[in-house]
Amino acid sequence: MASEHVPLVVKHIDYTGAERLTMNMGPQHPSAHGVFRAILTLEGETVVGVDAVIGYLHRCHEKLAETLAYVQYPSIASKTDYVAAMSSELAYVMAAERLAKIDVPKRAQYLRVLVGELQRVASHCLWLGTWCMDMGGALGGGATIFLYCIRERELVLDLFESLTGARLLYGFHQVGGVRYDMPDNWASECRSTVDLIEKRVLEYEEMLEGNAFFMMRTKGVGVISRELALDVGISGPLLRASGVDCDLRRLAPYSSYEDFEFRVPVETAGDCFARYKVRMVEFRESIRIVRQILDGLPEGPISSRPGVKAVAQVRVPKGEMYARVEGPRGEVGCYLVGDGGPRPYRMKWRGASFSNLAVLPHIIPGHSVADVVAIMGSVDPVFGEVDR
Amino acid sequence: MSTLPPAVLGLAAGVVMLLFVIGLVTYVTLLERKFAARMQSRIGPYRVGWHGILQPIADAVKLMMKEDIVPREADKRVFNLAPVIFLVPCLLIFATIPFAPGLGVADLNIGILFFLAVSSMEIVGLFMAGWSSNNKYALISAMRAVNQIISYDLPFLLAALIPVILTGSLRLSDIAVAQDGLWFIAYPVLGQLGFLAFVVASVAAENRVPFDILEAESELVAGFRVEYSGMKFALIQLGEYAHVLGTSFLGALLFLGAWAGPGPEWLGPVWFLLKALGMFMLITWIRWSFIRIRVDQILQISWKLLLPLTMLLVIATSIVVVWRSGPGV
Repeated sequence: MASEHVPLVVKHIDYTGAERLTMNMGPQHPSAHGVFRAILTLEGETVVGVDAVIGYLHRCHEKLAETLAYVQYPSIASKTDYVAAMSSELAYVMAAERLAKIDVPKRAQYLRVLVGELQRVASHCLWLGTWCMDMGGALGGGATIFLYCIRERELVLDLFESLTGARLLYGFHQVGGVRYDMPDNWASECRSTVDLIEKRVLEYEEMLEGNAFFMMRTKGVGVISRELALDVGISGPLLRASGVDCDLRRLAPYSSYEDFEFRVPVETAGDCFARYKVRMVEFRESIRIVRQILDGLPEGPISSRPGVKAVAQVRVPKGEMYARVEGPRGEVGCYLVGDGGPRPYRMKWRGASFSNLAVLPHIIPGHSVADVVAIMGSVDPVFGEVDR
Repeated sequence: MSTLPPAVLGLAAGVVMLLFVIGLVTYVTLLERKFAARMQSRIGPYRVGWHGILQPIADAVKLMMKEDIVPREADKRVFNLAPVIFLVPCLLIFATIPFAPGLGVADLNIGILFFLAVSSMEIVGLFMAGWSSNNKYALISAMRAVNQIISYDLPFLLAALIPVILTGSLRLSDIAVAQDGLWFIAYPVLGQLGFLAFVVASVAAENRVPFDILEAESELVAGFRVEYSGMKFALIQLGEYAHVLGTSFLGALLFLGAWAGPGPEWLGPVWFLLKALGMFMLITWIRWSFIRIRVDQILQISWKLLLPLTMLLVIATSIVVVWRSGPGV
């Protein structure tokens, strides 16, 4: 009881030299974006060191893949990056298809691109909302824009629900094609939804860029230089915001991306605002691709294989293959080793969030605590994908 | 009535006032929630009573029934005292506000000085809460709070001085009466700029978004009150809303003509209340549309922009008053 009146905080401050405070941000924290833990070393308000701890959401995805057949795993693959389930499913089935040399009908390829781009819109909606909520407060303007963004994301999820029956984890892709075709009227609903979202994206832009506080919080904050970006191996909007023109949809087209016209936005500033700008353009470009698909969707089968009747139906020959797609967060890669059986011998994910997260310890020191959440949000990590 | 000693009368007035303020504060939370919900294309509280009319009461009952947790390593006496120290100044500011001619607890001749002095005392309770919680988030929040409130009390005070100089009295009822013909917000240039500075400084002094760095929940979880639960948390919340409401009343009194309005005289308090609620809605509107700014930026806005602006305004107001009062003064 003697220690009752001794404030313990004193113990953590090193009065002998620089006054440093170690602060834990996460894994249970309002801005942890899942279960990220950052151990921050503070000098006053300034962060001098950051130690990133991950692994709180590890679910043995790669080991699990060895026990599940090629027809089973795609619906589990969606649980790696649960905000953009379509892209990780696609990476897995593409690796299996290339290894087994299975052709995918044109209509299925177009449908894959269609859901991939809608997914990008939904994912960016969630990113914009949560990022602004990190900067703006759950009891403030941040919550307002968060709810606006969620409202639009909900529309895309409604589309996915009527297409696949699920709102978050779809199981839409399968080896050889896709599982569901568009229901009646879906195309026109999709068209009106993307029209609406395009209008709303303009509203967000006006709301945010006309706000001096938003500009103050994002411009010049968390700059990733081109060299650092290349060294660390980040990808996706982060890389493009740092001046590297790298988009797998353009560099290594898959699933007939070469048929569509779209622009790859590149910014050179490398700060939070540049990352925001890149994603805002991507919203529009994704919508543009969606429109092109709806205009020119070829008729035909949606899968080159019959429907799934047995687990061991798909067999993949011996060999290894790496397939990668451009997810909303960057390069999502799947490395597959087949042994001739119905299950892969080994599978390895390359999560975009995982690699992007590695840049945080390089850019956070020197910023204030408030900037840490802004930077973390602008990286847009999804911890299902980081920890797998 | 006249047989009662003045002390009893004063006590009765105080109790009535306190109950009125607490009731009002409870219900402005509902107003804010409904307003914010509409801004965010939601409905807001709807289930408890007609259109959620009983929601504040349900909230209060819920908070009362919560377990009251005191962290083991906290400085218990300071920790328990802090919500009270925080709440008392927030309620005390209502003492000097005249709700109609002669209707108020104490119409002091230095009313506005009392208001400003007492309202800035809440920082003591706030810092006590942050320090005694023995929590790093709370500590950082408390340090930010001291930083911010000192920076914004100066412009707040200077902005409030503009109507005082125009009136020539520190008594709040005199300031209200002086706006009989022209509300001070309509006073050319000085009134509008003063009102603007007043609103910005009061939003900052109330720790509302975009200046809510001390409860910045994405960084500091809940700031200085992170360890508080149950009734103590309710007291802190009550204090915050009372402060916002008190400042809204002050703003309505200083710039919006207090009880002046069309209709018979007995409508005065109603007009005053409506104006204060209008101020409250303005602050709420700001709160739910902006994002938070950083500590250093907050301090820059205060010291580099707001303080010089309000100082210039005070000087300009003084010059105008001297010039208008004619030669020989």
